[in-house]
Amino acid sequence: MSYFIDRISYFSQNREEFSDGHGVTTEENRAWESAYRDRWAHDKIVRSTHGVNCTGSCSWKIYVKNGLITWETQQTDYPRTRPDLPNHEPRGCSRGASYSWYIYSANRLKYPLIRKRLIKLWREAKRDADGNPVKAWSMIQSDPESRASYQKARGRGGFVRAEWDEVNEIIAASNIHTIKEYGPDRIIGFSPIPAMSMISYAAGSRYLSLIGGVCMSFYDWYCDLPPASPQSWGEQTDVPESADWYNSGFIIMWGSNVPQTRTPDAHFMTEARYKGTQIVTVTPDYSEASKFGDIWLNPRQGTDAAMAMAMGHVILKEFHLENTSEYFDEYCRTYSDMPFLVKLEDRGDCFAPGRMVRASDFDKSLNEDNNPEWKTVCFDELTDEITVPTGSIGFRWGEDGKWNISPVDSKSGSKVRPVKSLLESHDDILEVAFPYFAGQDHEHGYFNSNVQEEILNRNVPVRYLELNGKKTPVACVFDLLCANYGIARKGLDGKYVANSYEEDIPYTPKWQENITGVSAEKVIQVARAFAQNADITQGKSMIIIGAAMNHWYHMDMNYRACINMLVFCGCIGKSGGGWSHYVGQEKLRPQTGWTPLAFALDWHRPPRHQNSTSFFYAHTDQWRYETLKVDEILSPLADKKKWGNSLIDCNIRSERMGWLPSAPQLEENPLDLVKQAEDIGKDPVEHVVERLESGDLKMSCEDPDNPVNWPRNMFIWRSNILGSSGKGHEYFLKHFLGTQHGLQGKDLGDEGRKDAEEVVWHEDAPEGKLDLVVTLDFRMSTTCVYSDIVLPTASWYEKNDLNTSDMHPFIHPLSKAIDPVWQSKSDWEIYKGIAKKFSELCEGTLGTEKEIVLSPILHDTPGELSQPDVKEWRKGECDLIPGKTAPVMKVIERDFPATYERFTSLGPLMENIGNGGKGIAWNTNVEVNFLKSLNGERNGRAKIETDIDACETILSLAPETNGEVAVKSWAALSKITGRDHTHLARPKEEEKIRFRDIQAQPRKIISSPTWSGIESEHVCYNAGYTNVHEFIPWRTLTGRQQLYQDHPWMIDFGESLVSYRPPINTRTVKSLVKKDDSNAPSIALNFITPHQKWGIHSTYSDNLHMLTLSRGGPIVWLSEEDAKEINIEDNDWLEIFNSNGVIVARAVVSQRVNQGMLMMYHAQEKLVNTPGSSMTNARGGIHNSVTRTTVKPTHMIGGYAQLSYGFNYYGTVGSNRDEFVVVRKLDEVDWMEEEGNTEVAE
Amino acid sequence: MNSTLDFFLFQIFPYIAIFVFLLGCLLRFDRDPYSWRSKSSQFLRRKQLIAGSIMFHVGILLILAGHAIGLLTPIAVFDAMGVSHGAKQILAMAAGGIAGIFCLLGLLLLLHRRLFDPRIRANSTFADIMVLFLLLFQLLLGLFSITVSLQHLDGHEMVKFMEWAQHIVTFRGGAHIFIADVAFVFKAHITLGLFLLVIFPFTRLVHALSVPVGYVFRPYQIVRRRAK
Repeated sequence: MSYFIDRISYFSQNREEFSDGHGVTTEENRAWESAYRDRWAHDKIVRSTHGVNCTGSCSWKIYVKNGLITWETQQTDYPRTRPDLPNHEPRGCSRGASYSWYIYSANRLKYPLIRKRLIKLWREAKRDADGNPVKAWSMIQSDPESRASYQKARGRGGFVRAEWDEVNEIIAASNIHTIKEYGPDRIIGFSPIPAMSMISYAAGSRYLSLIGGVCMSFYDWYCDLPPASPQSWGEQTDVPESADWYNSGFIIMWGSNVPQTRTPDAHFMTEARYKGTQIVTVTPDYSEASKFGDIWLNPRQGTDAAMAMAMGHVILKEFHLENTSEYFDEYCRTYSDMPFLVKLEDRGDCFAPGRMVRASDFDKSLNEDNNPEWKTVCFDELTDEITVPTGSIGFRWGEDGKWNISPVDSKSGSKVRPVKSLLESHDDILEVAFPYFAGQDHEHGYFNSNVQEEILNRNVPVRYLELNGKKTPVACVFDLLCANYGIARKGLDGKYVANSYEEDIPYTPKWQENITGVSAEKVIQVARAFAQNADITQGKSMIIIGAAMNHWYHMDMNYRACINMLVFCGCIGKSGGGWSHYVGQEKLRPQTGWTPLAFALDWHRPPRHQNSTSFFYAHTDQWRYETLKVDEILSPLADKKKWGNSLIDCNIRSERMGWLPSAPQLEENPLDLVKQAEDIGKDPVEHVVERLESGDLKMSCEDPDNPVNWPRNMFIWRSNILGSSGKGHEYFLKHFLGTQHGLQGKDLGDEGRKDAEEVVWHEDAPEGKLDLVVTLDFRMSTTCVYSDIVLPTASWYEKNDLNTSDMHPFIHPLSKAIDPVWQSKSDWEIYKGIAKKFSELCEGTLGTEKEIVLSPILHDTPGELSQPDVKEWRKGECDLIPGKTAPVMKVIERDFPATYERFTSLGPLMENIGNGGKGIAWNTNVEVNFLKSLNGERNGRAKIETDIDACETILSLAPETNGEVAVKSWAALSKITGRDHTHLARPKEEEKIRFRDIQAQPRKIISSPTWSGIESEHVCYNAGYTNVHEFIPWRTLTGRQQLYQDHPWMIDFGESLVSYRPPINTRTVKSLVKKDDSNAPSIALNFITPHQKWGIHSTYSDNLHMLTLSRGGPIVWLSEEDAKEINIEDNDWLEIFNSNGVIVARAVVSQRVNQGMLMMYHAQEKLVNTPGSSMTNARGGIHNSVTRTTVKPTHMIGGYAQLSYGFNYYGTVGSNRDEFVVVRKLDEVDWMEEEGNTEVAE
Repeated sequence: MNSTLDFFLFQIFPYIAIFVFLLGCLLRFDRDPYSWRSKSSQFLRRKQLIAGSIMFHVGILLILAGHAIGLLTPIAVFDAMGVSHGAKQILAMAAGGIAGIFCLLGLLLLLHRRLFDPRIRANSTFADIMVLFLLLFQLLLGLFSITVSLQHLDGHEMVKFMEWAQHIVTFRGGAHIFIADVAFVFKAHITLGLFLLVIFPFTRLVHALSVPVGYVFRPYQIVRRRAK
């Protein structure tokens, strides 16, 4: 009825009163109610998630109404858990729920954009080149002025809308020009965390891999990779799922802010507390996680290792020495390297721990014919004889059936009981030297030292063995550990060992007090409770550890000190126990199904990979400003003459020996090198080897500033590298991009020239190495602002993709709820389009070409046994043998015009070679044929045209999502270990997960040998589970958990055993104090960058909802005491600077923060409310404006068992927390809104 | 002024205006009920609103009541009550004048606030601002007409308007002839008044028709029966 007529009939309507006239029943029109109902009505709900690195992988309902996405809410239909275990939901946090704002926001990228100056140059050049795009691009590049004209505009506005066809043409032309002129290894691509959105990652990496471009690593660059994990376990990172917290009896949350950064998992922590689990939180600031703790420990930031060492001291003393826990003892004998023998090297006045004893050291190699130099030995308690137990890495390659860690002798096959300590059966007691670092002074005096001798001599029980014809003292790792922890043992008295916790001797609880500020009493209490629980529950003690501790230069010490505690207590591989390092969505569950698609392994092997930290260190010229000298971090026991001063020299040596990857690779175009060889009728590899050996050809790494070695094209997708992870931001701006920057310091100049032994020092550093920067994103991020071409991509609700996490065992889809808005396209479609254009434009320039590809010696390949000793071909210490003493070299034939054809179909190598991963290989023909019928065929190949085709390819090939493959892969592993593991997947053999299945409901994945935990109805996923329960070796030297690192570089840098190493001196502040002429008082503070609260994980802080909840712009947190000292009140504007650059931000003065610390939440976008700095006359930078990467030589080791390179597995990491900044009040805030500040805002 | 224009403005246009007013209001009320509101800006800024709004509304309501009673009450009623035309004229001028000044002060406050408060200005449509200007202009015309009325205090001019109005509402022809010779300011005032009726349904003025009187007397709980 009409509202109006209803009004007219107002007086004639029936009304019945009730409740004495307090209420009335009417017959009024109710049609208006539909407005409220329609508000919450929708046309459909689609399941998707957020492709963000938060490890959530939460299931979300995406609501669509009238073709528009309206909002999202949590899904609640995860498969149930078993009785007595809480269910997984609710998952999804309020930050995730704010995501849909982006889709229609002003920040959304709607059209392809290009720098105006570039498109002008392009159109002119194309006209001049008679329409030949490749020629046009080379014309632009050959004129330094035109090249610089658009480089200088980067980050300064001036974008115009462009057509897809034209931008694709520019990109393809630039790629072709680069390949022809310099080589395909000058095209690089950065995209992180495939598990966030596997297909989107694979789209770009497949394109790059097909054309020979380089995929850059991210996990190490983010400094989320804990090198301690590969060092100890030969595993990148493998952790328990969050549900396993519930099974734990004792949890230490160590530097991990679970409620803030693992919000959807935090309910398990609360539930565990209800169950009675004791929880200790360790955070230097009073963070949100503190509320979970029964005890809160707040060591000074960066000193965690000191506290963990003291805890280890208590555990070893009370549970291994004074009262031996039977469980701990058995566990350590079986699953750790503690029983294995180490040679003691005679250093004149003392002995020092050296290499582990190998079978090859003995006469006739103890009858081990295969890889005796990689088989470690110990004493057998049953026979008191030397035994070579199965399972060390020598058994992994070249023979079958003996690579398992059930304690048996490899020859006799009889059971052995490894001797953990030689104290009962020693021949002698020797003084053994241990390096001590905690006495080093810190430049700012903020980090307390505890001065002791630099070398601590402690007594160790030894036996003598006849090794290589020489009587050699050997010790057990366990005895070295006890000595290293400074524990007095019966019969081993002497200096530097403590009888009581109250002695100030490394590493007693008393000793750490002054360093960490935590009382000895608390340390003892926590350590004891941790171990007691593990003893009673057989290992159900857990350490949840976040990235915070891993971002220090000496992160290995922090981590290894904690790992030691867990191994001492038998917690690794035990449900409810273990090492829970949650830092990023590193767990790409269907990994082996994904790698062929992502790196085009179906067409060419190997792909080009590069570790980003070393790359950016070299190519953003951060090395030219390096203030840390090698001898500052060498062990006092090392021969310092052997080492130069310069860190980049170490990296170059590593690249030449094939340890770390190297890209760009050689100073000449790899296409030309093959042609040269063919012209003279030589094998191209031989040709390159000869030229390298003669010094006539150099590797690019030796001269990163030479234009022939510059990276030229860069693709960035799914990443905000310049707004988030780009440590040394201002160096990126100056040298890499060649635009306005805020760098304050000068490079090393003459000192740098003097120190550079391996690297070529140029007087003037280059500015603007990159010809073209292309970024794909759905929002105008800080990175987009600095790019030349910005391509609008589909958001997380507009594409089909896959997502997995380490926090739960499900595989989850991203689904297309609506078509990509405006002119955006999915990453898959964008790269397909570029591939198509590339194929078209190749005509006349590139055909089928051969090139030479260098790759490092990889972990999980036989190559990991290639370098028992460090020998450099460059110095004539050995021959250059590719894959043995130098990088692997392989000639690859690429059919460039067929790039598009290859991009969209599954190549022949899957059938010809097969599939596999982590050292296991299997035949995959069945799956290839299945894909042919599922996706359709073209020219006899399975099609991969759509994003769903790509999803199905991954799901079919991966053991985690295809039960048949899982059984095959377990069978392949069984052959190597000699034990049957197929029972782990048999019950699921018929299960095949397809894309529509996971859209219906997230599916639990199937157990596979790629991972060390299992998916089962009876236990939660827990890392190391199959190592412990199936006797599958860890992929380390001994095959056991490796607490002793015997590589010569490890020994030289004093890290063969764990110790506490104080933060390094970065020397970025002192030089600027004089320059500081302002009257405002200033203070130097330690600069910490934790994850933000008001942003969707590590990026996405420009979301209006999040900005509204926070202060809507850049902020830093500091303590009340420090604020008082420099007259700062809450919300004042500050200038924060050091020689790396300048930040302008508001102060949050809080009791939460420690004195001496300045916290800036990570990745606050530069494009939101950032005023100008008086020092740079440019806008105040981002959190990375004051940081610079410092690489660590021990991370460069390769060709050596678990210390071999793997993409995102090992390598240098971008640490940044040792940094200091000067802070002072900014009196006048300049918003730089007047004319002329955006130079090219045309 | 020629008689054709008079005929249009004062004989035809009134019906057009009333028709647009009635149909427009009806359709808007029925088709777009959520837009039937006053669009108060109190949420954006209270400053000047309370004083301005009360003065304006009291003033304009008195004026409207005065116009309705004065124009539409049959002359015979006044005569029967013994109210002379002159007395009525003076009453109208005095009451209207006082109410008008009250209304003017309020309106100026509101207009100033609407134009110079940036938040309110940013939230104002063209119509919101135009309505205030038109009302202001109309009010000034009305107040100015008092000075004209002072010339003929006997009320014979006023009778002309009463005749006109009552002819219009009773659908009689020749209404325009009654006011053919009145002063220009009156004609302008009437024309603008009719124009305000025309725009009424399309602006926030519609809120004048809805007064939540029932709200004051309603029971605490209202249960609406499901439609049968």
